[in-house]
Amino acid sequence: MKKVIEASEVRNLVKSGDKLLVGGFGLSGSPLTIIDELLETDISDLTVVSNNLGEDSLGLHKLFVQGKIKNIIGSFFTTNKPAVTAWQKGELEIDLIPQGTLAEAIRAGGAGIGGFYTKTAVGTELVAGKEEREIDGERYIFEKAIKGDVSLVRAAKADKLGNLIYHTTARNFNPMVATAGKVVIAEVDEIVEVGELDPEYIVTPHAYVDYIIESKYVKKGGKYVESR
Amino acid sequence: MSQDKRHLIAKRISEELEEGQVVNLGIGIPTLVTQYLGDQEIYLQSENGLLGIGPPPEEENLDIDLINAGKEPVTYLKGSSFFSSADSFALIRGGHVDVAILGVLQVDVHGEIANWAVPNQPILGVGGAMDLVTGAKKVIIAATLFNKNGEPKLVQNLTYKTSGIRRVDLFVSDYAVFEFTEDGVKVVEIIEDITIEVLSEKLGFELDYLSAVPMA
Repeated sequence: MKKVIEASEVRNLVKSGDKLLVGGFGLSGSPLTIIDELLETDISDLTVVSNNLGEDSLGLHKLFVQGKIKNIIGSFFTTNKPAVTAWQKGELEIDLIPQGTLAEAIRAGGAGIGGFYTKTAVGTELVAGKEEREIDGERYIFEKAIKGDVSLVRAAKADKLGNLIYHTTARNFNPMVATAGKVVIAEVDEIVEVGELDPEYIVTPHAYVDYIIESKYVKKGGKYVESR
Repeated sequence: MSQDKRHLIAKRISEELEEGQVVNLGIGIPTLVTQYLGDQEIYLQSENGLLGIGPPPEEENLDIDLINAGKEPVTYLKGSSFFSSADSFALIRGGHVDVAILGVLQVDVHGEIANWAVPNQPILGVGGAMDLVTGAKKVIIAATLFNKNGEPKLVQNLTYKTSGIRRVDLFVSDYAVFEFTEDGVKVVEIIEDITIEVLSEKLGFELDYLSAVPMA
């Protein structure tokens, strides 16, 4: 199967009501090009699982401002003022999950694990109503795994098979996101021939990846800017 | 809050760290600790997937992909590594981070802290706060003893939302260093020129020294 597609073809891969898993920490490792393509569609009512909701008017922030997101699941939205306002007006549902629990839930989702017990957040407001269990004398709560319809991944390089390597802290949630969606789309800076990536350094094996697009964003002067 | 107090706290905390430790620094006063590490080898971990944080980059070497958990640009040192968020929190939750130095809104006398939900504001951010409180081998609190309204942060009962049931180890404030034991909070040393009696009065409850002989 040919995995390398034109960016615009992404528009046909997501539909209204889908649950999207989106990599990125702030804008670092955020699939900006894929998100821009989704702006060109009339899809709506998306549930988005991502640590943040974009930043600086880029990434998921744009998708949210366009009214395409109805529910966001992640760990930190305080600094996104429009999201806070929309939540206060009841226009956006927010599920807050500790960052480590979010990462592990997506990892479990991709690994065929139904859920896990964690000590994080025991006794806090965030786990109200969740099952608690004592293991070896310590309190744990049960967290369900997270899976999605479509995963949006940002990596540095892909080979044409879909093997991925990442760049510095832009890796963040991306390797887990790449495992947990029914359809997985990777946005990369560079697409290389099969054999050019050293197998020792591949983080995401190609079996997880369905489609690859080239990013139109480059880093310039401390910002992500469109180049093509 | 004067710069001096913040630096005083950071400097005092630097004395708690030992060569070779893996340390996670929260935002604010904890970040200042790096200025007092001298030539000690301390390995700084960032929740978003880096062990071996270096100083902020020069303008010409700025790479905006490379950030810390506060989303500020950083560099990485020799011997550092990058890993996913799942691996990063396995490191934290699994007890492989030696020390987490965190800011705080309140600490109760048993060492339970509130450091994520700002009162009277929408609570839409938790980040890695709860994972760090739960998972780090040792948790040191870095904060001034009183907030900007003059209310003590060391309290008998939390009125802000708890970050978890774990008892933190140490609270380094601008007035004193507190340790949390099974018997509750104890004063390890007084930093500000004040008596333990006056300090008790300011906080509204009786304080004791950890050991019979004050170390101040």
